[in-house]
Amino acid sequence: MPSPHVYRRIYVWELPVRAFHWINALAIATLGVTGLIIGKPFSVSYAQEASFQYWFGTVRFIHFTAGYVFLFNMLVRVYWGFAGNQYARWSTFIPTTKAAFQEIVEVLKIDILQVSVKGRIHIGHNRLAGLIYFITTFIFFFQALTGFALYGPTSHSILGKLAAWVVPLMGSEAVVRQWHHAMLWFYVLFVMVHVYLVFYHDYVEGRGTTSSMVGGWKFEREDQLDH
Amino acid sequence: MSGGKHTLWEVMREKGYSRRDFMQFCSFAAAAAGLGPNASAAVAKAFEKKARPPVIWLHFQECTCCSESFIRASHPIVADVLLDAISLDYTETLQAAAGHQAEKCKSDTLKAYAGKYILLVEGSVPTKADGVYCTIGGRTAEDILQEAAAGAAAIVAWGNCASYGCVQNAKPNPTGATPIHELISKPVINVPGCPPIADVMVGVVTHILMFGRIPDLDDQGRPKEFYSRRVHDTCYRRPNYDAGLFVETFDDDNARKGFCLYKMGCRGPVTYNACSVTKWNQGTSYPIQSGHGCIGCSENKFWDNGPFYRHLPSFPGFGIESTADSVGVTLGAVAAVGVAAHAISTNIRKRKLIHDQVAEDVKNTPENEKVDR
Repeated sequence: MPSPHVYRRIYVWELPVRAFHWINALAIATLGVTGLIIGKPFSVSYAQEASFQYWFGTVRFIHFTAGYVFLFNMLVRVYWGFAGNQYARWSTFIPTTKAAFQEIVEVLKIDILQVSVKGRIHIGHNRLAGLIYFITTFIFFFQALTGFALYGPTSHSILGKLAAWVVPLMGSEAVVRQWHHAMLWFYVLFVMVHVYLVFYHDYVEGRGTTSSMVGGWKFEREDQLDH
Repeated sequence: MSGGKHTLWEVMREKGYSRRDFMQFCSFAAAAAGLGPNASAAVAKAFEKKARPPVIWLHFQECTCCSESFIRASHPIVADVLLDAISLDYTETLQAAAGHQAEKCKSDTLKAYAGKYILLVEGSVPTKADGVYCTIGGRTAEDILQEAAAGAAAIVAWGNCASYGCVQNAKPNPTGATPIHELISKPVINVPGCPPIADVMVGVVTHILMFGRIPDLDDQGRPKEFYSRRVHDTCYRRPNYDAGLFVETFDDDNARKGFCLYKMGCRGPVTYNACSVTKWNQGTSYPIQSGHGCIGCSENKFWDNGPFYRHLPSFPGFGIESTADSVGVTLGAVAAVGVAAHAISTNIRKRKLIHDQVAEDVKNTPENEKVDR
């Protein structure tokens, strides 16, 4: 007769990781909404003269400000990948061991074929999620680079100047704008799948995935604890 | 053509221009090159003392709109004099000589003024099929270009063709049209535009003549004084953009009021040129002032970023009607359906799993109590 499962609380997400997550979420939401408006401005009141309103300028201002927040938040997280606990480190994002690749296959089976969880899933990011976040990091930086490359010529921003090389590399600003806009949809898809999978894994693993990003604690069965 | 022996002042005097005309021209030239009011004395000095450098103007894959633009420079003397200020030793469109005579004229200049002449290039160079798509006098464009570039003191690429390849270089680029800076290892002054603004062209040439060196260039080889600002940032309709006042269709009331053409596909926000400052045709107007959006003709690959009347270009690989938004919405819908299907399937399975789990817990109840929590 199987003995009942005893769970232990494990502090997985340190404060900087949780802060990063929610600041990032907020920044992405802000950037996404304002970005869509900038790409396709809606018609507000045409009754007033241009000198009496500035709403589109304000939307752009919010977008640029959120862009700074997004980038620096990202950079802090990159640093924390070297300074944080074992669950925050870059080694959990990049699969190197055979076990890591086995876990990726296992998680794919759980997610796509919906088989029950059998093997052990990493208590931090599962190995598939980690890999996807790792790839996502490059897309984050792509978005920041193209964003600042577009922003640079309109400001005195040093970051804009640092990203100026992106424009000749990609051909022209029209191309940079095209891809910067297209990548917006990556975030939309990412958020949909990410949020859903958090809920799904919370259910199939039963380890408190969703609430862990608020409090930092996850739950692990005692018989699986020895790592 | 007198081959660079005289100074500009000498040539003007010969033609009967007064000193006043000359000084007026110098002030204009200083302004055209983006210099301050005090610079006209230095300009006058340069034009009095420096011998005119001979100029070779080559024409390859182009439509001659750059030449047409150049001869319409706004100052009346410029049209007359600048073509004399430079000793234009070879240009197919304007020269009197033809055939072997013209070719000889060019090769004489290349030899006699090696390292001193200015090379102006109009048009891109085809590189596919050994360059057969553009030959002059039995020689390929690339061959002619390389020969002329070898001894040039300065090389200017006129227009989008020579700077970026323009329409010949648009996908699928059947002739392998190549911008000249990709073929030449020397620095090339790119003066993009289709055509470039006449006064900008004059400004660039004047700068070289006056200072004997090429102007400050940006990272794409464009003179900073003319190409450092976006059409959008100097546009007189810009306040409407910040206020969110947009033309929705070309025949609406907003268009009549002169609102921003952003939603009509205006490329002003991604185009670097002096149009909204210098304007065209003696400073009369420019496309946006005439109610039409900028098409970005001074930008690399502007033909491949169409359609011109839509803000978002077509998304590569998804056809002319697609945009990043239409592709994104489709993918988003697919993802939403996938997530919903997954959630439904999970919930169906959940019943059985919860049932089993509860059964297990019930079975384990006695042991459960013994576990030290």
